[in-house]
Amino acid sequence: MTVGTVPVIEARGLRKRFGSTVALDGVDLRVDEGRILGLIGPNGAGKSTALNAILGLIPYEGHLRVLGRDPWAERDVLMNDVCFISDVAVLPRWMLVSQALDFVAGVHPQFDRAKAEGFLSRTTIKRASKVRELSKGMVAQLHLALVMAIDARLLVLDEPTLGLDILYRKQFYDSLLNDYFDGRRTVVVTTHQVEELQHVLTDLMFIDRGRIVFGCSMDEIEARYVEVTVNPERVAAARALKPMHERQMLGRSIFLFAHVDRQQLAALGDVRTPGIADLFVAVLENAAGNPASVTRANHEGVVR
Amino acid sequence: MNTQSSAMPESFDTPKVAPRVMSETRPLYWSVRRELWENRSIYLAPLAAAGVYLLAYMVAVMRLQHKWRALSGVEMIRRHAIAEPYDVAAGLMMVTAMIVGAFYCLDALHGERRDRSILFWKSLPVSDVTTVLAKASIPLAVLPALTIAITLATQLLVLMMNSMALAASGQSVGAYWEQLSWFQMWAMLVYHLLTVHLLGHAPFYAWFLLVSAWARRAAFLWAVLPLIAIGFIEKIVFGTTYFARLLGHQLSGGAEAVSFPGQMPIDPMTHLTPGHFLLSPGLWLGLAVTAAFLFAAVQVRRNREPI
Repeated sequence: MTVGTVPVIEARGLRKRFGSTVALDGVDLRVDEGRILGLIGPNGAGKSTALNAILGLIPYEGHLRVLGRDPWAERDVLMNDVCFISDVAVLPRWMLVSQALDFVAGVHPQFDRAKAEGFLSRTTIKRASKVRELSKGMVAQLHLALVMAIDARLLVLDEPTLGLDILYRKQFYDSLLNDYFDGRRTVVVTTHQVEELQHVLTDLMFIDRGRIVFGCSMDEIEARYVEVTVNPERVAAARALKPMHERQMLGRSIFLFAHVDRQQLAALGDVRTPGIADLFVAVLENAAGNPASVTRANHEGVVR
Repeated sequence: MNTQSSAMPESFDTPKVAPRVMSETRPLYWSVRRELWENRSIYLAPLAAAGVYLLAYMVAVMRLQHKWRALSGVEMIRRHAIAEPYDVAAGLMMVTAMIVGAFYCLDALHGERRDRSILFWKSLPVSDVTTVLAKASIPLAVLPALTIAITLATQLLVLMMNSMALAASGQSVGAYWEQLSWFQMWAMLVYHLLTVHLLGHAPFYAWFLLVSAWARRAAFLWAVLPLIAIGFIEKIVFGTTYFARLLGHQLSGGAEAVSFPGQMPIDPMTHLTPGHFLLSPGLWLGLAVTAAFLFAAVQVRRNREPI
């Protein structure tokens, strides 16, 4: 690490309780500049709570700094450098497209109106339309156009494509990668449609029951995890290598290995890098079976 | 713990983009404009009321034109009869503004949570203080200013209509104009607007804003029922009516603003007692309560999520 750099997000022992429900149970995380982090977790795992804390929308316990600031105390200042799309369709329905541009240009010092107009001209969205007249996909396009025209250091996306059809979803992530991400900006995204994100992310984090149970860069995942489709006669040999996870598909067994030599595994069957969803299931099932060694699980691999 | 996502950042010597200089009041200005975009009733309702009144008045003037002829000079001199159409116009504008302001405040911090747009507003560098102040400025600055402007325009149109009607019936327009004491009428209007509708009602608007920030549903009931309940409980427990009288006093602008010395003096301006009003504890207490409610509304909005 370069001396004197401030991580974009730094949390230590981040906790949040809603009544008797513990939504965040001591989250430690650090996100550095230039990363695209996917925060993946089941419903109610605490993803949105974590993002809301990062965005200064809710108070929290523990240490949290975003771009060196306390988000709860300084949300308005922080929003000069942080953008977020929290859920689809939060743009006010009464607003005209032109008014949305006027307003953001009016209040945001980092907003480049010409850039936003440029993005919009590639869509069929009319300036004189009201948001309520746009389709759900167009609202997402409009919101993304507004956000991408803001020269922010951190962009947070909380289920930004929920309920959109596959074309809009693909377009959304394509424009994000091609027109927005420049290696200097940082993006944090949560979604249930994990497979679409596989090639977008640089880092991956799994959250379950208010805790981070897994965190790794995509490069590391490629180096560390191997999925092998094994024919029935080789299953015993595969199990001997202590796979993390095993599942059946079409009469063949699919094993997930961590830290096992790729060459060695290639002898067992077809080898590939696991999908995020499969890795997620493996990590969470291991965590459920052996909660004490949650973080060890992904190194050592506990079968079933 | 391998829970860090820190795979070696490259260089951090990226030049910091200096943010464009933005004045402090710019977000406030745009926040007020945005309220006017969303709530067009703020200006449409008073305009519509003025339009309806002018139309009705025009019909009345035409229908009653023969009466103008019958009107003797002595009757013309009676100030109250002469000022009446102007006072009615002003009163109508103020009542309209009051209703618009009350309903605006009840929805202002509730609607943004209902339609989830609060998540959009909060994603922009606009503080909760700015947002609440922008919303409070609607009943406390925008509506009073609009009321004055629209009232003036309406009264001028009434004056034109009356003058034309008088001229058409062959009476002296000049004499009529002389009878109308514009300055006095205006001073009374502005004074009444400031003391009653602005300073007197400010705590109510602030209370409505607070309720709209806090209530999950039925903001109107939450705003009104507690006030009635407190009055009832006081009456039942202590047999007194201080709270109800306090509210009434505040709604009517407080007796300190005007005095009624038994009989009507020739010049109604002598009723006005601004010094007395400014020194009354009720005024300052009301303003303190207003500030407290607005502060609470800011804190509540900070903490609130979409409903």
